[in-house]
Amino acid sequence: MEKNLETIFQEKIDAEIRIEPKDWMPEKYRQTLIRQISQHAHSEIVGMLPEGNWITRAPSLRRKAILLAKVQDEAGHGLYLYSAAETLGISRDEMTEQLHTGKAKYSSIFNYPTLSWADMGVIGWLVDGAAIMNQVPLCRSSFGPYARAMVRVCKEESFHQRQGFEILLTLSKGTEAQRQMAQDAIDRWWWPSIMMFGPKDDESPNSILSMKWKIKRFSNDELRQKFIDVIAEQVKVLGFTLPDKDLKWNETRKHYDFGSINWDEFWQVIQGNGPCNKERLDARKKAWADGEWVRDAATAYANKKAKQNKAA
Amino acid sequence: MSFQLNKQYYGDYGEAKNGAADISTSGASKQEWPLWEIFIRNKQGLDHKHVGSLHAADAAMAIENARDVYTRRMEGVSIWAVETKFIHASNPDDAAALYDPANDKAYRHPTFYDLPEAVKYM
Ligand SMILES: [Fe+2]
Ligand SMILES: [Fe+2]
Ligand SMILES: [Fe+2]
Repeated sequence: MEKNLETIFQEKIDAEIRIEPKDWMPEKYRQTLIRQISQHAHSEIVGMLPEGNWITRAPSLRRKAILLAKVQDEAGHGLYLYSAAETLGISRDEMTEQLHTGKAKYSSIFNYPTLSWADMGVIGWLVDGAAIMNQVPLCRSSFGPYARAMVRVCKEESFHQRQGFEILLTLSKGTEAQRQMAQDAIDRWWWPSIMMFGPKDDESPNSILSMKWKIKRFSNDELRQKFIDVIAEQVKVLGFTLPDKDLKWNETRKHYDFGSINWDEFWQVIQGNGPCNKERLDARKKAWADGEWVRDAATAYANKKAKQNKAA
Repeated sequence: MSFQLNKQYYGDYGEAKNGAADISTSGASKQEWPLWEIFIRNKQGLDHKHVGSLHAADAAMAIENARDVYTRRMEGVSIWAVETKFIHASNPDDAAALYDPANDKAYRHPTFYDLPEAVKYM
């Protein structure tokens, strides 16, 4: 019986029929999705912190309004994704707890500090750019609620990357100090950005099953290569450079070759030893604790109103 | 002419009638805000469409949150919020039995009928 259901399930996947929350699904599929969607949601939420850091110091009202709108979008992305994960039977509180206890991970990139205004440009261009590269194929993910959430997210992401590029373009036409600030930001964020695609294919434990179930459509390495090819061209428009002496167009591969990634650093950051891991988690835990009385008060008020309405 | 101004603070009235506020202090009995399904009308004349869900303590908060979460780019002119527990859904396992009766009735579609080319505007 079990095998039969699994065959039917795989046939639906192969025929590009979306799976909906109440449909039968293998337990491992459910678990994989909960892990991936909740970690994606956590990344959106934690991802607000490095940029939130610069909202009050944006150089103009225009930039401030834009940054505020972008960070608000990221909150929205987190919420779309949390509710997609909830359709699989995990509660919001459980996910929050998994984030706070370190059981659930979030993207390693958000454990790096934002040291200058130029970092806002680079995050939009590279970090949101890498996120988009990852997310566009997820709009066709086999799980309906995830795919629909991603359609919404992707529609909103493209302004994030463009506003970042615009910040860098402005700096590139500025003073020598501004140009240096931008180049320094690119130098610091480049390697962490390409690590965002995750471990190499042969070391990515969850990838193969995810591809078979069409949760993911492209491998980590394929997406990373695609990203590098695009950025290596865009950086020329800015007149800056990427900090990789091995970056070179390969005519036979029709792709850019690039230097080796420091995977030690990647695993260190994932395991909690990045420059800002503690700060980020502390900020999330503090926000949760500080908001407790608000959650309780709203619940109490709603209960009281409900009782009053019943009495009336 | 006189009238009574009844100033009400958020959550700060009716205490005497309804007893103490219901705030639980033990972590064990903590409760999430209920889940709501959100439906948005994109523009006047279209129907409301399901867009996702969110948590809120009550209906008013659900609508306010839906405004922030689902209409940041003028996506809506009207919001419906329905508490998720009140939604009744058909069971996907029953799909065959439920929809089978419509399966063999192709004559319900206009394309079922072969008419001569000469017939216009039909
Ligand atoms: Fe996002
Ligand atoms: Fe994202
Ligand atoms: Fe973004």
